Amino acid sequence: MKVLVTVKRVVDYAVKVRVKPDGSGVDLSNTKMSMNPFCEIAVEEAVRLKEAKVASEVIVASIGPSQSSEQIRTALAMGADRGIHVEVEKELPPLVISRALKSIVLKEKPSLVILGKQAIDDDCNQTGQMLAQFLDWPQGTFASKVKVVGEKLQVTREVDRGLETLELRLPAVVTCDLRLNEPRYATLPNIMKAKKKPIEKLGLKDLNCEPSYGLQTLSIFEPPKRQGGNKVESVAELIEKLRNEAKVI
Amino acid sequence: MASLVIAEIDPSSSQLQGSSLAAITATSQITSKIGSQENDIHLLIAGYSSDSEAVNKAKEIPQVSKIYVVPPNETSEKLFKYGVAEWLAPCIQQLHEKYKFSHIVAGASTFGKNVMPRVAAGLQVSQVSDVTGVEASDVFIRPIYAGNALSKVKCTDPVKVLTVRSTAFEKAVLKEAQQLPVEELSFTPDTNASKCVSWLSEEVSQSERPDLTSARVVISGGRGLKNAENFKILEALADKLGAAIGASRAAVDAGFCPNEMQVGQTGKAVAPELYIAVGISGAIQHLAGMKDSKVIVAINKDPDAPIFQVADYGLVADLFEAVPEMTKLLDQNAKTAVHS
Repeated sequence: MKVLVTVKRVVDYAVKVRVKPDGSGVDLSNTKMSMNPFCEIAVEEAVRLKEAKVASEVIVASIGPSQSSEQIRTALAMGADRGIHVEVEKELPPLVISRALKSIVLKEKPSLVILGKQAIDDDCNQTGQMLAQFLDWPQGTFASKVKVVGEKLQVTREVDRGLETLELRLPAVVTCDLRLNEPRYATLPNIMKAKKKPIEKLGLKDLNCEPSYGLQTLSIFEPPKRQGGNKVESVAELIEKLRNEAKVI
Repeated sequence: MASLVIAEIDPSSSQLQGSSLAAITATSQITSKIGSQENDIHLLIAGYSSDSEAVNKAKEIPQVSKIYVVPPNETSEKLFKYGVAEWLAPCIQQLHEKYKFSHIVAGASTFGKNVMPRVAAGLQVSQVSDVTGVEASDVFIRPIYAGNALSKVKCTDPVKVLTVRSTAFEKAVLKEAQQLPVEELSFTPDTNASKCVSWLSEEVSQSERPDLTSARVVISGGRGLKNAENFKILEALADKLGAAIGASRAAVDAGFCPNEMQVGQTGKAVAPELYIAVGISGAIQHLAGMKDSKVIVAINKDPDAPIFQVADYGLVADLFEAVPEMTKLLDQNAKTAVHS
């Protein structure tokens, strides 16, 4: 079966972003960008399915600015077979992204789409669920274990109560949680090989997808700062302060 | 127009989850800003019958003015009780098509996060995730970039589909049960997706401790605890303070404790009165889940750990000495209190 996996270019997880003083957004100039950590896990899972001979082909898709091709190359170096890059200038909401992904799915006809559970920039946690709805496919969100059993998929999900397992008939959509796997590093020979793998370039128009905006960002601002930084000398002093100053114990 | 809140019921206790009670408070803040007469809050309880304990309990929520129930049958019982999105989302969509709600709201728990984007896509509208503030009936605040920035968004869709962060809103307080209209819906989804999913099993961690997201005191351990066995030293302290125990991602990944204890951007968001971080450096992703706590205490032997920048009280010490000492001192104080 074919597997489609999606990746997003985001600010590196270790970077502490700065909010622009005019409230128009966060300052991403000269900031290190990387593949969204959850997308790395998605790519790794797809490549493992291929290594287990469950998947015949792994296609990686990204919708983003021209530099997103770097993240597609990274996925190719991890073991994906070919890429699809939908170039867009502006950041699009999950509703539009999932509509565009639907068009890609209808064209490529994968049996499984694997996405990260959320992007660490917008923290939306929506795209996989929306895509599943648009395709009328079942969804296995926050997956920590995925097992293909014939035409079915057993997905163990990380939920607030603990873990739960669903069985989905393929085709299906899966979104990854952190504990699904540990992504591999691309080796230099694989990075070199990835340069020869094809990346198809598309625009939103090719996918019959119009950007629509039900949401309007009015402003981006800094969260209130905490007045931290006070230190105490001993456990006894800590308890005394918690009891008499903060009055929380 | 009324607003609809999607109830999340704990399947083992039949109690309404705290996330739903917070969602009701958020919804009442929204409806109070609409200013029209029709700003009722309706509640959907799927998978339970009209005379169930869950429904009777929901009648004690003063803000609610009508309840919809989808009584369970053999096929649907587990699918609704465990919030399987392929069943619940078309059910919510159908209810909306009948009554045209202004807002459809759920708590931003794994239940809400799983089902609400599917609802929004079915209605061809956007969804606003993890709302922490209500500015107007169509303007909401939500954190982005692991809480390092806040975004004010205006939603122009005809129906606003939202999940709300439960620690950002007080939980609705239950009062005396009211006489409420309860409408029964019979519903079996007619979608491909709903036919393609079955619920198999769950593993629930048993704990005597308070629920992490609603505990008054939370003690969290990180990589500094070194192993699962050492996590026990937090338990003695947690017992003294009636606290829930949380963990950093490092501690979960290292197998010290199960993942549902993870506090952070990708785990649970908590905002207790007292948060004690033990052996946690304070990475951006961890801070995202706890920096709205009222008082933060950090115990760490590294004086440069970033956690100290947000801690109201920081103690630079070896946690293996400091935590047992804290437990012991609290013990002695308790005894003194009893004697005097």
